[in-house]
Amino acid sequence: MKKFENVSGVAAPMPLVNIDTDMIIPKQFLKTIKRSGLGANLFDEMRFNRDGSEIADFVLNKPAYRSAEILVAGDNFGCGSSREHAPWALKDFGIKVVISTSYADIFFNNCFKNGILPVVLTKEAVDVLMEDAERGENARISVDLENQTVSSTDGTHFSFEVDAFKKECLLNGLDDIGLTLQKESSIDHFEATHAAKAPWV
Amino acid sequence: MSGLKTLYDKIWDSHVAHEAEDGTCLLYIDRHLVHEVTSPQAFEGLRMSGRTVRAPEKTIAVPDHNVPTTMDREEPGTMPEDSRVQMAALDQNAKEFNIHYYPVNDVRQGIVHIVGPEQGWTLPGMTVVCGDSHTATHGAFGSLAHGIGTSEVEHVLATQTLIQKKSKNMKVEITGSLHPGVTAKDITMSVIGETGTAGGTGYVIEYCGQAIEELSMEGRMTVCNMAIEGGARAGLIAPDAKTFEYCKGRPHAPKGTEWEMALSAWRELFTDEGAHFDKSITIKGEDIVPSVTWGTSPEDVLPINAVVPSPSDFPQGKSEAVARALDYMGLTPGTKLTDVEIDTVFIGSCTNGRIEDLRAAAKILKGKKVKDGMRAMVVPGSGLVRAQAEEEGLADIFKNAGFEWRMAGCSMCLAMNPDQLAEGERCASTSNRNFEGRQGYKSRTHLVSPIMAAAAAVTGKLTDIREFE
Ligand code: SF4
Repeated sequence: MKKFENVSGVAAPMPLVNIDTDMIIPKQFLKTIKRSGLGANLFDEMRFNRDGSEIADFVLNKPAYRSAEILVAGDNFGCGSSREHAPWALKDFGIKVVISTSYADIFFNNCFKNGILPVVLTKEAVDVLMEDAERGENARISVDLENQTVSSTDGTHFSFEVDAFKKECLLNGLDDIGLTLQKESSIDHFEATHAAKAPWV
Repeated sequence: MSGLKTLYDKIWDSHVAHEAEDGTCLLYIDRHLVHEVTSPQAFEGLRMSGRTVRAPEKTIAVPDHNVPTTMDREEPGTMPEDSRVQMAALDQNAKEFNIHYYPVNDVRQGIVHIVGPEQGWTLPGMTVVCGDSHTATHGAFGSLAHGIGTSEVEHVLATQTLIQKKSKNMKVEITGSLHPGVTAKDITMSVIGETGTAGGTGYVIEYCGQAIEELSMEGRMTVCNMAIEGGARAGLIAPDAKTFEYCKGRPHAPKGTEWEMALSAWRELFTDEGAHFDKSITIKGEDIVPSVTWGTSPEDVLPINAVVPSPSDFPQGKSEAVARALDYMGLTPGTKLTDVEIDTVFIGSCTNGRIEDLRAAAKILKGKKVKDGMRAMVVPGSGLVRAQAEEEGLADIFKNAGFEWRMAGCSMCLAMNPDQLAEGERCASTSNRNFEGRQGYKSRTHLVSPIMAAAAAVTGKLTDIREFE
């Protein structure tokens, strides 16, 4: 996994609550065999008409937000199925950070596994950043993972909490499999004992 | 701390390969089931990092979500290109990584959660995972089984472990016996109706009580299958003589002295008297009635003799969701559920696609006809279920009644293959999810048991099985 680096850029405002994984990436796009390429269909049904043309007033279709790296969203972002295609689509589009008051459990974890930082802030802080984001290119939100802060264009800092282990993994680009394989001898040992007790397994 | 353990504690404790100071564990995985939709990126990941499958002998692959269920499905061109590519990827990955594989032309092919138990891969006391939320099904054997995401699929392939923290533990007891016409499907839907779709979040549920003990293995699988619809991570049922009988002689079950050894280990798989649960609920078996969903969430469930609810029956927050669901479903509050006309019946899925389900539905349909103009379809859960149903004469009953008799797969449960509802069509379905668009764009789903689905096919309406005939 690539190391997570600080982001300073345009943030797209999506004040809707309960944005679910079906909205993020509808099921017809699950028939892919790759992690990449899903960005083209991110928010497909909100972003495109059935004939493929763009819906002009959807936020990511507006010139200012076409290359947004941050998403500021309403409560309970990412609810629904466990499909990892949701963070893959966000990442492929170029989103590196999501800011909301809350997330669905599996989606939240899936973000970290894919190098996306889901920031949890209070309602008040999200409201400020949402307003900031509405200003399009005139605004620039900065996210500093090392120091756990988000800053609005006028320099107001908001601190956020993040699990220490998850933070370290993002900052160092460590993936779970690599970390688990460092404990391979424990697995070997367990497997041998387990096989002796339950040889039919 | 008392030394008393729940079934969940026992299985968990016997699979911890490593525990970190903060309680994060590496849980050893005994069986890893793989299907074509959530696995290609995991295998791609292995290839890209030069890793391999640690325990190919514990890994089983079967295509099910995309497969067409028509007889000509092996012909080229029966699948859209993207489905074909996904299937071809599974084929290549299974061969390249040398894992057990049941391709489309193998009679043992079917829905992954039906194939696992049928082939004896799923056994009591095991940990079982699959990149699919309905992995909970396997809990019917007293095995700890849950769904995982694609990154976790890759993690299990590479390490045969999963990074996990222990969940909370809930007991769901169903006392007494069920009335005639009430099935395992009605038990599991009633539990969700009671707890809500988030009621099980953060929990592993153990189902117990006389009504659960009286269920067949097929029925127990139906109950555990929908644990996930209640938000739970997994559902569990302690194994007993019925479980052992079901497992005995299956192709991958232990034999000879290993069988004896396994039996004595499996007999220890029960919750100790007095062990601690974080939460318990009890439902009387006699109180459970044949049930049906009216909305777009599995918790939108009611007894079949009820009427369509009104948004004002619900607290604020939920009432808006109810209004939206009723609008989507095209239902008017106050309508008797038994007056709701349907145009399609689907019998199948990992919830109700097993031989017992087909037997029960066929019994209702014997000598009867599907109502004119209706589309009715049976999709057996596996090629072996299909073969057995043909041998028992069930297939003829279905065909004579006017049902389409299909090949095995997920089919109209999620409509990822060509079996889909058209816009606005209304289906009585034995599957497990009634979300918007689940069975096709703007499709309408009513979840029911197999016997209620069969009765609905004859009357053309949602039907109270207790009054049928
Ligand atoms: S039958 Fe339905 S619920 Fe079961 S695995 Fe297939 S798609 Fe999922």
